[in-house]
This record gives sequence, structure tokens and C-alpha cells, in this order.
Amino acid sequence: MTTNENGMVRLKINSIEVSADPSWSLLETIRFYGIEVPTLCYVEGLTPYGACRLCVVEIGSGDRTKLVASCTHPVWDGLVVRTHSKRVMKVRRMIMELLLARCPSSKVLQDMAAKMGISSVRFSPKHDDCILCGLCVRMCEEQMGAKAIGFAGRGVDRKITTPFDIRSDLCKACGACMYICPTCQLRCLGPEAKDPLCGGCTNIKPVCMEEGADDALCYMHPCVACVKEPEKV
Amino acid sequence: MIKVAKLKNPAELEKLQQRLQNEHDPEKPIITICNGTGCRALGSENVVSAFKKELKDQKLDGKVGLRPIGCPGFCEMGPIVVIQPENIFYKRVAVEDVGEIVNDTVTDGKLIDRLLYENSSGEKAVHEDDVDFYKKQMRLIIGNNSQIDPENILDYVAIDGYSTLAKVLSTMKPDDVINEITASGLRGRGGAGFPTGRKWKACRDSEGEPKYAICNADEGDPGAFMDRSLLEGNPHSVLEGLIICAFAIGSHEGYVYVRNEYPLAVKTLETAIKQAREYGFLGEDILGSGFDFDVKVIQGGGAFVCGESTALMASIEGRAGDPSPKYIHTTEKGLWGKPSNLNNVETLANVPLIMKNGSDWYRSIGTESSKGTKIFSLVGKINNTGLVEVPMGITLGEIIYDIGGGIPGGRKFKAVQTGGPSGGCIPESLLDLPVDYESLSKHGSMMGSGGMIVMDEDTCMVDIARYFINFLKGESCGKCVPCREGLERMGEILNGICEGKGKEGDIELLEDLGELLADASLCGLGTSAANPVLTTIEHFRDEYIAHIKEKRCPAGVCKSLIHYTIDESACTGCGECLKACPEGAITGEKKQAHTIKLDKCIKCGICYDVCKFDAVRKE
Repeated sequence: MTTNENGMVRLKINSIEVSADPSWSLLETIRFYGIEVPTLCYVEGLTPYGACRLCVVEIGSGDRTKLVASCTHPVWDGLVVRTHSKRVMKVRRMIMELLLARCPSSKVLQDMAAKMGISSVRFSPKHDDCILCGLCVRMCEEQMGAKAIGFAGRGVDRKITTPFDIRSDLCKACGACMYICPTCQLRCLGPEAKDPLCGGCTNIKPVCMEEGADDALCYMHPCVACVKEPEKV
Repeated sequence: MIKVAKLKNPAELEKLQQRLQNEHDPEKPIITICNGTGCRALGSENVVSAFKKELKDQKLDGKVGLRPIGCPGFCEMGPIVVIQPENIFYKRVAVEDVGEIVNDTVTDGKLIDRLLYENSSGEKAVHEDDVDFYKKQMRLIIGNNSQIDPENILDYVAIDGYSTLAKVLSTMKPDDVINEITASGLRGRGGAGFPTGRKWKACRDSEGEPKYAICNADEGDPGAFMDRSLLEGNPHSVLEGLIICAFAIGSHEGYVYVRNEYPLAVKTLETAIKQAREYGFLGEDILGSGFDFDVKVIQGGGAFVCGESTALMASIEGRAGDPSPKYIHTTEKGLWGKPSNLNNVETLANVPLIMKNGSDWYRSIGTESSKGTKIFSLVGKINNTGLVEVPMGITLGEIIYDIGGGIPGGRKFKAVQTGGPSGGCIPESLLDLPVDYESLSKHGSMMGSGGMIVMDEDTCMVDIARYFINFLKGESCGKCVPCREGLERMGEILNGICEGKGKEGDIELLEDLGELLADASLCGLGTSAANPVLTTIEHFRDEYIAHIKEKRCPAGVCKSLIHYTIDESACTGCGECLKACPEGAITGEKKQAHTIKLDKCIKCGICYDVCKFDAVRKE
């Protein structure tokens, strides 16, 4: 690999020329320079997996550009990267829509969707508990050294489970899988909406608070009154 | 079979070939019988044993040869019996015909008229060459199937088999082999069309030991069976290609990854490998060249996605067949993290041909960017179902009409689906399209591994898209979100459209999902999965609109959108439909017009099929 005298490669992220260590992944580089890219299946310290595809970025120039998952993509000299191009944003929003439809009660997903400004979900909710990001599987194997859980089945039948769906002797009940899970722990306790999109917590608009109470917080739980109606497209 | 000790050098191979040639009596009749998987389903094994018995009973077994062969391609007329050396061609031979063939044709030289194939001109074809199905083909690879009993290595050796390997090992350097393959313009036959020479070079140049040479025989596309037929019919040609490949890239260990559903191919291949070892074409110090190479057969577990390179390698390693990102090519880091070269069965079968006849010869066949021939499996609504091998650049129309013999029942051609589930549907207006990698992908389809599914006017394009998406939905590994969730949602929408629950915006949503799949999926399965939907929307949007807005299926396929009625003026009251209806939904007095009770009707269409007076209407 071509590197400069400091052993670094130079690449362009959103038209800004930056340098990076050739051992960094593209996502690590992007985040190092303070650019925010959403991820769900990536956690520092676990092997990148490249499954949620939220971290896609556009690489290349001219009409020969393509989208790649930055978490599993290496950096090299002369790489041209756009982290928030139209094409990238369209893909991220669509993925978010699909994930929300799968697990509408995940607070992590709802907050992420609200942040991305997603205003409608065009699919019917499935009310699943798991987005199959595989963080728990890698956590169990790589950090806890247990290898108690893994994937089974394929396609729509894919699931995370213990071998033969029975309690595994390898499981130390350490709870690391639950700790790392973006969907099953932090669940939205609000009323189950017909629309998989909630966005309640992020789109908060304190209508029920009295005027002049700017420094106070609403402790009602769950509060439905102050949730902004999702915009319909 | 002649027992021969391990061949120690090219001269011994030549001596063996000479001996086989001397022993071969050109006048001796040989009866060849299709005995591949397809014809076995039609009872060809019984035909083979009937021939064996008949020849033995008549004490002809020394004078007449019997050769069960792999698939010669013309599956529609199978099992086919060809009597060499005249090459008399008999179609659809059954056990009852065997005695007559031996008595009349083999002994007395008389033709049996009813077993002769009738060309579209109405003329009877006597010899194999007269059959118009074969005339426009260029059967460089599959043509040899009829010369070879796949379980007998000597048949392959007799037609110059393994002499190319001997030439390569004794006179060439690996780099010369790579240069020759690169110059030939050979591209991968598995689908993507990556230049084979470039792949070999990348693998050779990669650092790391050992290197692996792998043959991809995980042919999973619905309606495609060319790789199976090659492995069942001529396994040694694939092995020879693989050994040459291994020599070129510097590998000493190879694998053939065969899908679980091909038991006969696995059996033939294992026999072939065993025999090749006995003769010294595999193992240590092949033909005295000092080059070592051996092959293992790995059977898949039944997952379509394992045809994808990274998933295939994961599967060989014993892990679940999930694809992984390949920004670093498998030629650098593949199987067990070592440089690995993966080629399709047909690609490897081309290799000995190129090395034997030279790259200039190979370059003379095909188009500017796609060289050589390609085997397609022609299936669906077509008269001549089977395997066709044609030079690249031939038009789709020539394949479908001149070779395939057009659409049965005089119905109208509607579309052809190329490239399997990842390919697209090409409409009638593009029948003049030359078949090569670029032309097909320009129109949203792809060469794929070579499946060609022909559809006529009675095929609903939305239903076809639905079929492929539902296939892929179950075959996606489920790792990345676009492929797993996107395909599931696409299936949901398409099922809805076919059930009459389509709504405005569905087409646009399908297009958005298609774009997402193509842009953001992890592996090739996902990126091409939406092609059947996108191409049918592009070329047959009207049909989607008819389903969604008018709740009507123009082809009359989608059950929820059709209903059957009886035209009173045409009905003679014959009672055929009444008798045939499994639900008792048809009522009526004899010789009076019948009626269908719509609430009982399950829309099976039996009444429509049995009515001789066209009185049953499908609307």
C-alpha cells in the first residue's frame, strides 16, 4: 500500500483532505475526524460485521461511484469518500424504515429515525424483538469467550439462538448479550402505535408544561400528550 | 477396462492413447444412451439394463458396444439412443423399443420410423447431425458427452483427454499458461464474467501458502443444469481444467464444491477423481513433472447462497455459509485466509480447449468482449427443452426459435428470463439482442450461469417476479438488512398485488426497494436480487397497473383476480366439467347449460382444461 513518510495514507472525506493510518477502517477514520455516521451492528472492540449497512458511504468519483459499508472497508491512498451524499442518505433512510417496521418498539431505533428526520414508514409493523445485528453473538464469543449463542436458519428464518434451541452449558448468564443489544433492553414503554414510527422522545414539544417553565422537565411516564404528530408524506 | 499402472510421463500417456486407438474398431456399433439425471427420471436406467440384457441374450455383447452417457443436451426428446458409427438418432426410447432396436437397426441395419425425430420442416432426421436442434449450435464442450462413458476414464483419454495437461506440464511455465488464458479472453461462466486470466494472475501474484484451486459446482439457479450435465457427462474435462489452473496459480490442493442436490454428479466426480489418481493425473509428481495436486469433493448443505465465493469458502471451512465483505479479493485472502482461486465448472471445462487449440483459435469465436461458447439451459414454454451450446453473440431469437423450436401450441412469445433469479426478463422487442455479457447487463439482466426460462402469453409477469423474490427471500442468508428485510417486504408487496390487495404507490415502493438492494447489499445475491422485479416493471408496467388498479390479471394466472364462468350459449351440457370439478361447484342438467357456483369454486382451472367446446371462460 502506498503511504507517505509518516506511514499514513491520504484520502478525501467530503472534499476535505485527511490522512489515516492504513490499519484503520474507513468508519474509524470518518469518526476520528468527527463526522457522525450512524451504526447499529458496529461497536468498538468487536469485529466489524457489515450487516446493518447504516454506515454506508459513497466512494469513488465521477460516475464510477459505489456504496460500501465503511465499517468493513479499508482505507487506501487517494480514496474519495462522501459520507452524506443524496444516494447515501436515501439508502440509510430506507434501511431505517425497514428496521423500524421490524422492531418498532426499540427506543434506539426510534431515536435514530427521529434524528434522521424519517417521517413515515411504508411497511406494516412486525413487532419483532431482534434486528439480527449480531452484536450479542460477537460479544459472547469475542469478549466473554463463551460462544454460547449463534445464528441459525437463513433468510427470513434467521435467528439468534443457542445450539438446538436449548439452554447452553456454555452460557455463563453474564448478561453481556443483553447489555450490548440495541433493541431488546431499551424498549419504548409508550402505547403501541399503529404506525411503527413514534419519534416521541426526540420530537418532544412541551405543550403540557406551563409557560415560563423552560428549565423544568416533564416526569410523566409515559407521556403521550406532548408527542408531536408524525408528519405524513 | 484395461488396467494401467500410474502413467509416469507424457510419453506413456501417448502410448496408452495409441494403444486405445489401435484397439478401437471404427466399424463396431456402439449404442449410446442418455443416462444423466434428467433421463434417469424418465427411466433411462431401465433402458440401459434392457439393452444389456438384450445384447447378452443375443450373444452380441462382444460385438456391440453399450455406452451410457451424460446429457447430450436434447432433453425434450430423452432418453435418446444414438447408434454409432452411423449416428442413427432415436428419440424417447422406452424399454419396449429395445428389442426392436437391437434386432432391426443394429443387426439388420433397418430404421425404425416411429423413433426418428421429425424436424420442424416435417422431414425425418435419421442421423444426429440432421436434427435441427443441433444445427445452429457449436458444441465444443458438451459435444464430447456422447463420446464418453463418464465412469470410464479411458473414454476421455481416447479422445485426446489429458494430453493438454501433459503438454502444459512438460513444456510450459505457469506464467505462459496464465498469458495464454488471458489472451484467449475467457471470462467466468458462473455469472459475473470476470476475466479468468486476470483472476489467475492475481492469485499467483498473491503472497501466502498454500494456495487453493476451487471449482464452483454449486449450481442453484432454478432451471439451470449445465454444470450438473458437465460433471455427470464429462467430469475429466473439468478436472483437467482444474489441474491446469492449479499449476498456473501454484496450488497443490483443490476442492470441488458440489451442491447437495446433485448426488449423481458427486458420484461421477468421485469415480473420476479416483480413476485420475490411479492413472497419475492427480497426486504426487503428475506425469513426471514434479507437480503435485490433489482434489477433494465437498458437498454443500443445500443453500443457494453458497454459490457466492465468500459463502462457499466459509462453507468449505465448516462455518455457516454467510457471505462476508470482499474488499480484499479472495484471490488474496480466501479459503482459510489463503489465496484462493474460484472458477465455475464450465469455465474450467473451457481451459483444456484453449490450451489445446491456442488463444487465437478461441478468440475467433464470439464477440468483441465475450469469447468462446456458452452453454444455456433452455427451459420453460419452449418446444425443445434442453442444453444448448452456442457461440457468444448469437441472438436470443436464434436460440429461442431456430434451436428451441419456438413456443408450444402456437402461443405468442412474451419474455425470456436469463441469468436465473438474479437475472431479468427480456421482452419480445429485444429478441435481436446478441447474447454476451455486456448486452444482457445493459438491459437489466445478466448472463448468469446460463439459465434461460422462456415465457409465453399465458405467463403473468407479476407472478414471475413474485416467484423469484419468494425464492430469494428464503435463500438469502439473512445477514444484511437490505437483502433480508428488503426481499421480505418486496415479497409481501408482490404477494399483495397478486392477491388483488395492491395499492397505489406499490410500484414506486418496489422500485425504491430494488434500488436499495442493488446499492447497499453485502453480496452479489442481494445486489442482483431485485432484477426480476425491476425488469418486469420496466418492460411490463401495464401488467402491474392492471393488477393494482383494475384488480385484473391479464394473463389469467393470479387466482385471486380471476374467476371462471360458463358461457351458456357455448355449453352443450356434456357434463365433463361437472364430473371433473373436485369441489362439486358446477351444477346443471344433462344437455342443459351448466353454471359454476362462485362461492364453491377454488379456481383450479380443471373445468377450463376439460371443456371441449371452449364454453368455460376465465376472466
